[in-house]
Amino acid sequence: MPPASRSRSRFMVKITYTDSQGVSRTVDGEIGATVMETAIKNNIPEIEAECGGACACATCHVYVDEAWREKVGGPSPMEEDMLDFGYDVRPNSRLSCQIKITEELDGLSVSTPERQA
Amino acid sequence: MSEPIKTDVVIIGAGPIGLFAVFELGLLDIKAHLVDILDKIGGQCAELYPEKPIYDIPGIPKVSAQGLVDNLMEQIRPFNPVFHLNEMVETVERLGDAQFRVTTGAGTVFDCKAVVVAAGGGSFQPKRPPIPGIEAYEAKSVHYAVRQMEAFRGKRLLIVGGGDSALDWTLNLAPVASHLTLLHRRQEFRAAPDSVNKMMALVGEGKIDLVLGQVTALEGADGQVSAAIVKRTDGSVFNIACDAILPFFGLTMKLGPVANWGLTLEGDLIPVDTAAFETNVPGIFAIGDINTYPGKLKLILSGFHEAALMAQKAHRYVYPDKRLTFQYTTSSTSLQKKLGVN
Repeated sequence: MPPASRSRSRFMVKITYTDSQGVSRTVDGEIGATVMETAIKNNIPEIEAECGGACACATCHVYVDEAWREKVGGPSPMEEDMLDFGYDVRPNSRLSCQIKITEELDGLSVSTPERQA
Repeated sequence: MSEPIKTDVVIIGAGPIGLFAVFELGLLDIKAHLVDILDKIGGQCAELYPEKPIYDIPGIPKVSAQGLVDNLMEQIRPFNPVFHLNEMVETVERLGDAQFRVTTGAGTVFDCKAVVVAAGGGSFQPKRPPIPGIEAYEAKSVHYAVRQMEAFRGKRLLIVGGGDSALDWTLNLAPVASHLTLLHRRQEFRAAPDSVNKMMALVGEGKIDLVLGQVTALEGADGQVSAAIVKRTDGSVFNIACDAILPFFGLTMKLGPVANWGLTLEGDLIPVDTAAFETNVPGIFAIGDINTYPGKLKLILSGFHEAALMAQKAHRYVYPDKRLTFQYTTSSTSLQKKLGVN
């Protein structure tokens, strides 16, 4: 795993997405945007976001890397309800439309399942 | 085929726009029947976000989606609309000028003078769970709805889900099945607490099995399932032998039979003119999220406007010999009489 690179900008952080084939892509994420929005903006594969971020589908599902789980936190009850419809949901599963990017998450690393619901 | 119900207009979809269409048509003495696949009135508002506040309904700073539906129901009550829920319109045939025959999957038939497609994002259909290969079993042993409970008598049933549908059917089918397993991803259920308690009681009595985990694959042949391969939360894998599976994974919107009525389509949307929101078939209108035109916004307020203009043109099909005088509800005694407000 490549070391997380830290951004110099006050407003942007680095987010790394690793797909189900093991390919990693690191992009700039805007503080205040969601991990899903950042993925869509940067054409990250394997994230679909059918409902556009309303927490009403389960197609922006990601696995949060163990090192980041505490900082990112767990799903809300509403998110848990939607995760019931997800594919291969694991203890480190989150819906990326519900993860808001903060300075604290600079270097965040997530991976995507081989398919979305 | 049952005796056709004769009415002026059939509205396909009982969401907020279909409901407001009743009002605009009613002001012009046009009677309507509404058909909706859901078991409730209110469309996407009632099904997807009933508790969420809406801030962009003109004149209403804040209203919950269900609150808006309730208000619309009150607004259209003077016009006594007739609702046909749990039904989906299958065919729309043009029999002549201002003559349409509309039939639903349940066998209900309407003869009407105009058709209003207010189908929103499409017909709500059960969502297919993300289980590889499940399609192969759908005709025979995987069911997304229960039509006849008796069909499951003596069978080993696997019900998957954690909401009201999964719990209700678990309680209903436990005495019918030879064996019933309820499978859910986690210990918490979305279903009503009373249903969950009743289910746990059955588990305690040894009448059903509750398993926490997710289906990763199915085993079977020729459409007949024999077992579900389940991964538990601790990662361990085991099989649940079963004859039928009922997965309850929520609803999704699909265009459905709208695609078969001879309407020009642009993707999953129906292009219309902006004078009356009529489709390429005279007498068939499309309003709300289902339509498209230059500048279209998928907003409830847009659908309301479209319903008003549609009604003016629909009047020509329903009352070809009558002249339509434009009136305001604030000043017209005849409109106020129809609304029952004076």
